[in-house]
Amino acid sequence: MNVSNITIIGERINSSRKPIARAIEEKNTAFIRDETRKQLQAGAHFIDVNAGAFAEKEWPNLKWVIETVMAAGDAPLCIDSSDPEVVREALAICGGSAMVNSISAEKERFSSLLPIIREYDCKVVALCLDDEGIPSEPDGKIGVGSRLVNNLVKNGIKPTNIYVDPLVMAVSTDKRSGVVALQTIEEIHKRFSGVHIVCGLSNISFGLPVRKLMNRTFLVMAMAAGLDAVIFDPLDKQMMANLITATTLLGLDEYCKDYIAAYRNNKLET
Amino acid sequence: MSDLKRLSDALQKGDVKTVNALTTQALRTGFSPQQILNEGLIAGMDVIGVRFKANEIFLPEVLVVARAMHVGLNILKPKLVETGAKPVAKVLLGTVKADLHDIGKNLVGMMLQGAGFEVIDLGIDVPYARFVDAVKSNNAQIIAMSALLSTTMPHMRATIEAIHKAGLANKVRILVGGAPVTQRYADEIGAHGFAPDAASAVDKARELVGAF
Repeated sequence: MNVSNITIIGERINSSRKPIARAIEEKNTAFIRDETRKQLQAGAHFIDVNAGAFAEKEWPNLKWVIETVMAAGDAPLCIDSSDPEVVREALAICGGSAMVNSISAEKERFSSLLPIIREYDCKVVALCLDDEGIPSEPDGKIGVGSRLVNNLVKNGIKPTNIYVDPLVMAVSTDKRSGVVALQTIEEIHKRFSGVHIVCGLSNISFGLPVRKLMNRTFLVMAMAAGLDAVIFDPLDKQMMANLITATTLLGLDEYCKDYIAAYRNNKLET
Repeated sequence: MSDLKRLSDALQKGDVKTVNALTTQALRTGFSPQQILNEGLIAGMDVIGVRFKANEIFLPEVLVVARAMHVGLNILKPKLVETGAKPVAKVLLGTVKADLHDIGKNLVGMMLQGAGFEVIDLGIDVPYARFVDAVKSNNAQIIAMSALLSTTMPHMRATIEAIHKAGLANKVRILVGGAPVTQRYADEIGAHGFAPDAASAVDKARELVGAF
């Protein structure tokens, strides 16, 4: 079953996870195929693919992953690489239905990725980050994010293809990290209609115990602020239950269809 | 309880006031600054390192301890200079080119300082040449560099190559770390040590100093 109004990007096929790195090394097709299918079954709309841990050998490994995932199901991919050459090669295989993770306002990265994104008319994650680094205050983040969106749109990228990522920082090293992210999400949501807002959910809890609890709680708060896409592990049942419930509570679930369907599929029992 | 044991305990609690008072008092009582550092502050930080590694305490708690440690260190520093006490070793610290993630790096820096190392923090996004120049100008024995992204890891290799090219390979030991970094990658790029976490970085750094 699928939640309709929140875009779910399944993060499991990432080479920084040891079992995935091993599967890639051993070219274990069955393993990657299972990882793909399990995530799709759990409700993922995009399958994130990352082979960055292979550093200089990123491309040959990512190519194999892409082909394996594409053979396993027909979900669009999220190409997780910041190397423009790798992104270009990847899009040549999977085309315009893909999402690119990610572009930023860093001059070099922006100018090298923009033509590729434009050529394939694909979706793109846009990080609130420029050559000065990651702003730590909401004003800075909102400023960088807004300039980035404006520059992308000015250069022919459709607003609905843009997924702004506020780059959530750890609350363990700065108690305001949660608030800063929420304010950024709220303001970007207010300023740009049609533009999506996405984030990962694990940074927020870095350095603290019971991380999943904090990640889930943050997800719900971020959704209330305007987050409408999320990169996480869709096999995390509790997280998924929170996501579905929050969607319903935000008025995005007509006749509570998703919520009830999730109940019937035993997705709300955690 | 001995005075220095009390200092170590206050440090572990992150009790800034007591660390301040006990450090000052210990100096007045006649303890050498080196002894206060070793048996008070370093002893306390060692316990914190072990407990952090074992997930008994968490990052914000370590940061509270770090604040207290800096208070103690700031009192001792001028005295240590006066008595000519030498740091364990000089460490150059930084995240590699293009990497902006400094939580782990700062933690390592703090733990190293707590263990008696002199830490020269080059900051984030450190170009190859800055590492090379810093080795020359500071006469440092260790470079500790981190990369938190798989995409910035290749800059570790390039930094090490730059060190070799500058003819400094025998002068300095290189320690690497960061979430995507593995022992295997460290070996592959010719680093002398790999540490999976901040407490291990201190152990590794001590080992590398011993190897000179």
